Amino acid sequence: MNNREIISTGNDLSAIAAVDAGCMFFGGYPITPSSEVMHTISDLLPEVGGACIQMEDEIGGVAAAIGASMSGVRSMTATSGPGISLKAENLGLAQMAEVPLVVVNVMRGGPSTGLPTRVSQGDVAQAKNPSHGDYKSITLCAGNLAECYTETVRAFNLADRFMQPVFVLLDETIGHMHGKAMIPTEEEVKAGIKLRKTFDGPAEEYHPYGVEQDEAAVLNPMFQGYRYHFTGLHHDRNGFPTEEIETCRKLIERLFHKVEAHQDEIDSYEEYMMDDAEIMIIAYGSVSLAAKEAIRHLRKDGIKAGLFRPITLWPSPVSAIRKYTDKISKVLCVELNIGQYRDEIQRASGRLDIEGLFKVNGRPLSPYEIVNKVKEL
Amino acid sequence: MAFNYDKYLRLEKMPTLWCWGCGDGVILKAFIRAVDELGWSKDDVCVVSGIGCSGRFSSYVDFNTVHTTHGRTIAFATGIKLANPSKHVVCVAGDGDALAIGGNHTIHGCRRNIDINFILINNFIYGLTNSQTSPTTPQGMWTVSQQAGNIDPTFDACKLAIAAGASFVGRETVNDPRKLEKLFIKGFEHKGFSFLEALSNCHINLGRKNKMASAMDNLAWIDSITASKAKYEKMDEDEKLNIFPTGILYHNEKAAEYCDMYEEVKKVHQGKRKTITQNDFEKKI
Repeated sequence: MNNREIISTGNDLSAIAAVDAGCMFFGGYPITPSSEVMHTISDLLPEVGGACIQMEDEIGGVAAAIGASMSGVRSMTATSGPGISLKAENLGLAQMAEVPLVVVNVMRGGPSTGLPTRVSQGDVAQAKNPSHGDYKSITLCAGNLAECYTETVRAFNLADRFMQPVFVLLDETIGHMHGKAMIPTEEEVKAGIKLRKTFDGPAEEYHPYGVEQDEAAVLNPMFQGYRYHFTGLHHDRNGFPTEEIETCRKLIERLFHKVEAHQDEIDSYEEYMMDDAEIMIIAYGSVSLAAKEAIRHLRKDGIKAGLFRPITLWPSPVSAIRKYTDKISKVLCVELNIGQYRDEIQRASGRLDIEGLFKVNGRPLSPYEIVNKVKEL
Repeated sequence: MAFNYDKYLRLEKMPTLWCWGCGDGVILKAFIRAVDELGWSKDDVCVVSGIGCSGRFSSYVDFNTVHTTHGRTIAFATGIKLANPSKHVVCVAGDGDALAIGGNHTIHGCRRNIDINFILINNFIYGLTNSQTSPTTPQGMWTVSQQAGNIDPTFDACKLAIAAGASFVGRETVNDPRKLEKLFIKGFEHKGFSFLEALSNCHINLGRKNKMASAMDNLAWIDSITASKAKYEKMDEDEKLNIFPTGILYHNEKAAEYCDMYEEVKKVHQGKRKTITQNDFEKKI
């Protein structure tokens, strides 16, 4: 494990990870601060026989990527918050038609054009429900350089496992951070690739959406003798539009339940000095780096603080959160937004007294701001 | 012997949701005959449709089929084609889908000259959603969103396609299914972006409020606004103003196709050739 040393940036590591994970298609559109993902993958994909296309707009970028994935190849797009806003409708189609896709979002300040070159974690709530309707988003969040690589790889495997888009959230600080990372070898990544399920029986017995209520659709690649239909409309077991009452109910409930029923396969979090912690700090992404340093300072001062860092943000690791919030009275959520994830911690813990330290001016949080806030608690 | 369409249809999806006398069925049949004539295997074809009456086109034909979001057929098809350059990709979209909400993708699909066969079903109205103005609704006609009469100017989709860079552009009408079939065959055979406009009737949602309430009246109107390219070219400018020319309007066999050019990109990255420069292209600006 972790036996390759690389000096790179978060955005580049995400692109490298995609190619190592077998991604063969990228559709995108330039947007700060994520553009380097496209720059790098445009250089890597043609070498391995894949394709990268810069489309005419964000909508086209995600549509091309979804189209390629529908045809059966691992596919990706990368953008920032304004791009997700534009891609939202087609992300909904990918949720509804169960098309796997990795969507890297390097977060910048919002709303609207916001602070294009500066850091934020303002897209956390958006990642939960970017498009209209009911479905259950899967969102991973890299908290250091190595995770820009490993979480992108994991996102590809989860996308194929659950047959839906998977978000990888970086923030501008992590995306543009340049440094050393220890990452798995390409061989190790390749050995861990788990592609989408396929059906190899007779075509007349193939029902791509006719699966158990806790399972994802089984979508064979195109052009191989299994001709079916993709649609964003409510559809039957073969993918064709229907308004039949029970079919509609079961479809939407399944989109939700296929994720909910297998949350143990998705959950991921880090516990840092939590064993004896009397104060629980919750932080993710680049903020967690400042939080860790703050905890080291606090410990020197005799304050027993620890960090709980969700790596999978959606669905939130409820039972792991609850394990600590049930016994630790002082809980502080530190975010570069106004409590978008604190809302979820409140829901998960059933407590309304979760403290917050929030910053929304496009600047990173320093460890000292966290130290000072903890001392006030 | 009459042509048997059954092999290509999803018969269990019949009847279609299209209205009695709708031109979409004529286009569907011409499309199927063209595919049959070219001998394409059903497994090698992907049909991508958008939203609107034409959106259902893909669900009726037994190929690999995709019903996308509104206006995005070409964007989805671009991903499908670029990932599978040897397969046949056909888009079907209406005038609202392709020229209003999806106008940007139409322009850039043409510009890239990617080998997609794009069928524009132009019935001059948003038919499925009850008669709202489309970019091709003639000025002065009644629409449900402009009940005083449409004041929005229209444009000629084929001229747009030519200007944007499509290397095969043609137009026919549902009045002449054989010509439509031939246009499709020529377009499908062409390597590059084929922009194939089929003028169609919507006597229900365009015609009823615009004095052509029967399919025959609507079709007669289409006849009155079209002329073969040869006849059109002999007309004076005043006459041309209200006529759409039909036939193959533009055909450039030399234009580089996008997937072919992307193979050159792969060669560069695989060390099989030098970087692509302006010398690789005839057009320098």
